[in-house]
Amino acid sequence: MSEEIILSVRELTKTYASGSRSLTVLNAVSFDVKKGSTCAVVGPSGSGKTTLLGLCAGLDKPSSGSVSLNGVVLDDLTEDEKAEVRNRHVGFIFQSFNLMPTLTALENIMIPMELRGNRDAKARALELLETVGLADRGKHYPAQLSGGEQQRISIARAFANKPSILFADEPTGNLDGETGAAIEDLIFELNRDAGTTLVLVTHDLELANKTDRVITMKNGKLHTDKATEAAI
Amino acid sequence: MANQNDRRIGLSWLFKMAWRDSRRNTGRLVLFMSSIVLGIGALVAINSFGDNLNDQIEGEAKELLGADLEVKSRTPIGDEVRERFDSLGFAMSEEMAFSSMVYFPKNAGTRLVYVRAVEDGFPYYGDFETAPQANSKEFTTGQNALVDQTLLLQFDAAPGDSVKIGELTFNVAASVLKVPGQSAITTTVAPPVFIPLRLMDKTGLNQLGSRMEYKIYAKYPDDFDPKVFEEFIAPWLEDTEYRFDDVAERKEEVGDTYADLTGFLALTAFIALILGCLGVAGSVHIYLKEKVASVAVLRCLGASGKQAMGIFLIQVVGMGFIGSSIGALLGASFQAFLPGLFADFVPFDVEMQMSWLAIAQGVAIGVVASLLFALLSLLRLQKISPLKAIRASFETTEPDRYRVIVGSLILIFVYAFAWFQLSDAWRALVFTIGIVGSFAILAGVAQAIIYFVRRFFPTGSSFVLRQGLANLYRPNNQTLILVVTIGLGTALISTLFISQNLLIDKVQVSSSGDDRPNMVLFDIQTDQIAQLNELAKTYEMPVLNQVPIVTMRLHSLKGRGVEELRADTTSDVRHWVLNREYRVSYRDSMTDSETLLEGKWQRKVDNPGDSIFISLDERLIDDMKVELGDEIAFNVQGAIIKTYVGSFREIDWQRMQTNFLVMFPEGVLEKAPKFHVLLTRFESGEQSATFQQKVVENFPNISVIDLQLVLATVDAVLAKVSFVIRFMAFFSIFTGILVLIGSLLISKYQRVRESVLLRTLGAQKHHILKINTLEYFLLGSLASLSGIIIALIAGALLAWFSFDTTMSPDFPILGLVYVSITALTVLIGLSNSSSVLGKPPLEVLRS
Repeated sequence: MSEEIILSVRELTKTYASGSRSLTVLNAVSFDVKKGSTCAVVGPSGSGKTTLLGLCAGLDKPSSGSVSLNGVVLDDLTEDEKAEVRNRHVGFIFQSFNLMPTLTALENIMIPMELRGNRDAKARALELLETVGLADRGKHYPAQLSGGEQQRISIARAFANKPSILFADEPTGNLDGETGAAIEDLIFELNRDAGTTLVLVTHDLELANKTDRVITMKNGKLHTDKATEAAI
Repeated sequence: MANQNDRRIGLSWLFKMAWRDSRRNTGRLVLFMSSIVLGIGALVAINSFGDNLNDQIEGEAKELLGADLEVKSRTPIGDEVRERFDSLGFAMSEEMAFSSMVYFPKNAGTRLVYVRAVEDGFPYYGDFETAPQANSKEFTTGQNALVDQTLLLQFDAAPGDSVKIGELTFNVAASVLKVPGQSAITTTVAPPVFIPLRLMDKTGLNQLGSRMEYKIYAKYPDDFDPKVFEEFIAPWLEDTEYRFDDVAERKEEVGDTYADLTGFLALTAFIALILGCLGVAGSVHIYLKEKVASVAVLRCLGASGKQAMGIFLIQVVGMGFIGSSIGALLGASFQAFLPGLFADFVPFDVEMQMSWLAIAQGVAIGVVASLLFALLSLLRLQKISPLKAIRASFETTEPDRYRVIVGSLILIFVYAFAWFQLSDAWRALVFTIGIVGSFAILAGVAQAIIYFVRRFFPTGSSFVLRQGLANLYRPNNQTLILVVTIGLGTALISTLFISQNLLIDKVQVSSSGDDRPNMVLFDIQTDQIAQLNELAKTYEMPVLNQVPIVTMRLHSLKGRGVEELRADTTSDVRHWVLNREYRVSYRDSMTDSETLLEGKWQRKVDNPGDSIFISLDERLIDDMKVELGDEIAFNVQGAIIKTYVGSFREIDWQRMQTNFLVMFPEGVLEKAPKFHVLLTRFESGEQSATFQQKVVENFPNISVIDLQLVLATVDAVLAKVSFVIRFMAFFSIFTGILVLIGSLLISKYQRVRESVLLRTLGAQKHHILKINTLEYFLLGSLASLSGIIIALIAGALLAWFSFDTTMSPDFPILGLVYVSITALTVLIGLSNSSSVLGKPPLEVLRS
């Protein structure tokens, strides 16, 4: 495993103004993630996990601190430049799948590649559909798929651009135990095959322990940062 | 950092995405465009009609005038004109036109008409359309009359019957269907009767005081050089007291008149379009709100804000284009009906052809309008944070800077359109302010409804009432959009009804009261006065006023002759003041329609050498540029009489009463040649008719106007005008209904979910029905009431400023408007929720 750092977070703070008061939801968080590793961020509701994920992926602007993703410092990038970084280096898996309801499964997978100007988008999307076991569902719209199937499409979409890093936000949170387990397996399998770095946010300690490392958040601060048995 | 060019995404991807996304939203996108279809349809139809009208005016300009040149005057035209035209080889035909009574011996019917005594030759271009087709040579050589078709119908007369005009009885040779240059609306006001000019003297109608118009129509020789007119004839005629029109000028006058008409109608169509655009704005707002999650995902996947916005912008522009194109096609088919609709207003048959310019303009306006009204929602898409993909509750706190920019763009668009249609910056501004004002009032009403329902919410009331009321203010409510669109449509149609009533009332009020005259007899010669008084007495009709009239012209003003003033280009004195024939009266006191503003009223001139102080209508202060004490000399049929401005009066011209711009004191004009006007009052239609018959029989030169005739004429003209306006208002009302249907269907998904939830929680069919009925009843009710209130305000303002009267609206009609609009809203609203009622909740949700 390479020792190269793909995600570097330094003194990251996020404060929201609420009337005359301010609310700090993330307080001076720092850590690094090595390329190719897997890492889980856990913590109770309101601990700042999702805020941290949003900032790491360049979805939001920190109040202070710095994020460097695959060697690109996000701090001073414009929104459009950050969008470009996401398209090149980042894949997303969401708790609520976030497929575009008006596009077919195949088209949903094609979007990141099309945004990149990839001419083989359709062929690659078909390949990915097969990989996630839904080769025959490409023409179906999200509403015609089950939750597990929608998440498989979402996973295929996340891997479409061969991202360097994958962010997953409660990827099994909306699924039943059996389907969730299958999805977990699929994520880890694809991740391993592609050599992608995985950062996942979850409540599920069992899932977290399948990663190399677990970062625990508490009250907006990094509480613990430990290697798991899986890593050992 | 990657090179930007590596991943520059072409427009084709945006189009692809727009297309992909639209497949699942076809129904809703069709709704957007349906809102603008009617507005564009109306606009294209009107503008296309206008273009065709212009082409027709261009092609038939000579037929509009019936000649190459027309010279006209209120006094006989001097021989110098004939001699000059003759020397240039012009063919000439003369006419004398005046108002007079006609008498149909067949049934003793009488009516005031417009008599045109014409010579053979006119019209040189175009022809009278008559039934049977009359030969103009035969008509002018015999003792024949051509009588307006509607006039014959009114008196149950037909060709072959006779009609008496003045002392002479004519054979009705044919009924006149169409006259070159005259529209049906002008013949409604003054139905024409044509007689040969050579018989004019024998009618005995050319007497002192008769308001004759003299005309010479000329036709140029074939090789005539138009430059001769411009360089030689026109400047020479301008120096005379005669007015003249050549084909170019008539073309311009007619063109301007119809440009005003089509401009006005295009603005009505534009209101329908703006209403539709509000529908688009409302629908797009809800539609794009539902797209927020998708946009956030796209942003996560690497799309820029502009790209995300671009997808939906393409959809809106695409739908705007399709909607406008359908509207334009619809407009092109509507226009087939317009010649029929405007037949009474246009002096020729308009041949309708496809106006590609109007269609292109309509489509462009539709696209721009739908884009502008959707722009605010579109621009907001740009700012959607990708964070929303993982945290749905995340809200951007940036202030909405676009609101002002988009609002300004819309204002500029509305103003530019109005300016383009009216070619008048000031009127365009008034239109824009009017539109913005009406929208602001309606939006204010909607906001007030929302505020008051929330503020005074009846928390202790029944479940159904609370649900129905809550629907008025909860998120994605329809209150604002429906109150504005339905309200404005209702306001338009109600204002129309109110204005019609105002006009009719005004005419009725002007002669109401026992002592007010409702019949005017004019052109009475001095030797007829005593006999006429006697006749009135026989018919028990009181002589309420008997006014002597002396005709005169202005001779000099403050020592400067009229000719000199006319030639002085720096003079501020208006030309009508210098050129007109003044009809002047004299009396020792003012009437109750006059108020003294300045100076002193001179009752009488006691000695022949004393100064004469006259009284002027206040309007002459500006137009004549005179002050108290200024000297004015009049030419009273050859005698020059010097006077001084003694006073200024304010005159209520709207009463059925004789009023005069210039009043002399007694003791000056008694011996001047004069004629008289007599005012009387009848109590029944029969009394009026028999009295008029006797007057025409005994005094053929005397003309009579009675209130019934005025009312009937106003009614006939209004019926024609209001039909056109109603036709146009239909577009607004119907657009309002489409917007209503659109808004309800757009929100259907939410409403269905809510209804299903209620059903799941145990609500029965009647609960859902009651809640929805109440909501739509309140919306329809409040929207139509707001519209009616706006119409009442507009009516009150019109009554106050334009008609100087009080408003007495026809409440049953307004009530009918209210009930119809409200019922329609409830009906459409209920049809929307019908799908929920008959099916199991889960089935509805799954579908």
